[in-house]
Amino acid sequence: MPILGTVASQFSSKPFTSFESIASATGTGSSGTITFSSIPSTYSHLQLRCTARSSSGLSTDYIIIRLNNDTTANYTYHGIEGDGSTGIGFGATGETAGFSVQVTGAGATSNIMGTAIIDISDYASTNKNKTIRHFGGDDKNGSGLIGLRSNLWLNTSAINRIDIISYRAANWTTSSTFALYGIKG
Amino acid sequence: MATTYEKIATTTLGSAAASIDFTSIPATYTDLRVVFVGTMATSSYPWMRLNADTDSNYSDTYLYGDGSTAVSGKNTSITGWYMGANPLSTTVPSMQTMDIFSYAGSTYKTGLSISATEFGSGQRMTDVIVSLWRSTAAITSIKIFSDGGYNIKAGATATLYGIKAA
Repeated sequence: MPILGTVASQFSSKPFTSFESIASATGTGSSGTITFSSIPSTYSHLQLRCTARSSSGLSTDYIIIRLNNDTTANYTYHGIEGDGSTGIGFGATGETAGFSVQVTGAGATSNIMGTAIIDISDYASTNKNKTIRHFGGDDKNGSGLIGLRSNLWLNTSAINRIDIISYRAANWTTSSTFALYGIKG
Repeated sequence: MATTYEKIATTTLGSAAASIDFTSIPATYTDLRVVFVGTMATSSYPWMRLNADTDSNYSDTYLYGDGSTAVSGKNTSITGWYMGANPLSTTVPSMQTMDIFSYAGSTYKTGLSISATEFGSGQRMTDVIVSLWRSTAAITSIKIFSDGGYNIKAGATATLYGIKAA
């Protein structure tokens, strides 16, 4: 697969057949959860690519991910973020879902979307806890947040379901799109 | 299986040029990715402009680390997207990757950039940026150039990829 940032000239002109689309979904405007289920275990890694905005009356929301519908306190996170004036680092343990990056709420100017790239390594392993990397944020021409986060899911089960949830319990707008890709080893 | 990630176009400069341009970008993908590796004739930031829009419709929020400090800042109502940190060297290339989401959709366009400049002598930086283009138009062209108006040096490479969801 193409590694992020690898010198482009080393690639051939052929498509990357090791990067495949598994499924995609669009926000309905009436639900704050997008579910990808029955994820096949035939890939090495997964990548989620999200363009998101929620119905929250605030200008911001956050993506939360839950794996295999596990609602117990099996998740941890660490992150670095910049809000346009300060860079900070932080972390937490014992969470009931994976905390991802900031996206946009309905309190923001119309048409502005947040984005995220979420990589889940070795998701089909049955003898490792799972590590997730998040990269994303939103910019609103004067305010915004850019962030990198890591999650640990303390569970060795193969991941076969991912829920993408609005942290503010709002709904994903119909302009929101979520795509799941599989990356072969 | 439909192709989901493929190269749309690539340019490697055989001689110095003011810009690298991708035009007539098809609307058939979900997201775009631009990878640029190169140097400028004079130290300056690599910039990106969309659909030849020279108005102040661009903005960003950034975070970088320079080996000792994490710094965040922002740019509002500017006339292009920063692709990453200033490659202060004119000989050691920096690497910039810009993902552009829902580029053919009807909302404003958001980009995520990650870049690396690492050329010794105490100058190095890794940089992440979220960028906004306040336009609902589908992106059909991308220009990469120096914010200082300098040439991009020979040997620079830019590649445009398309990523398509099911």
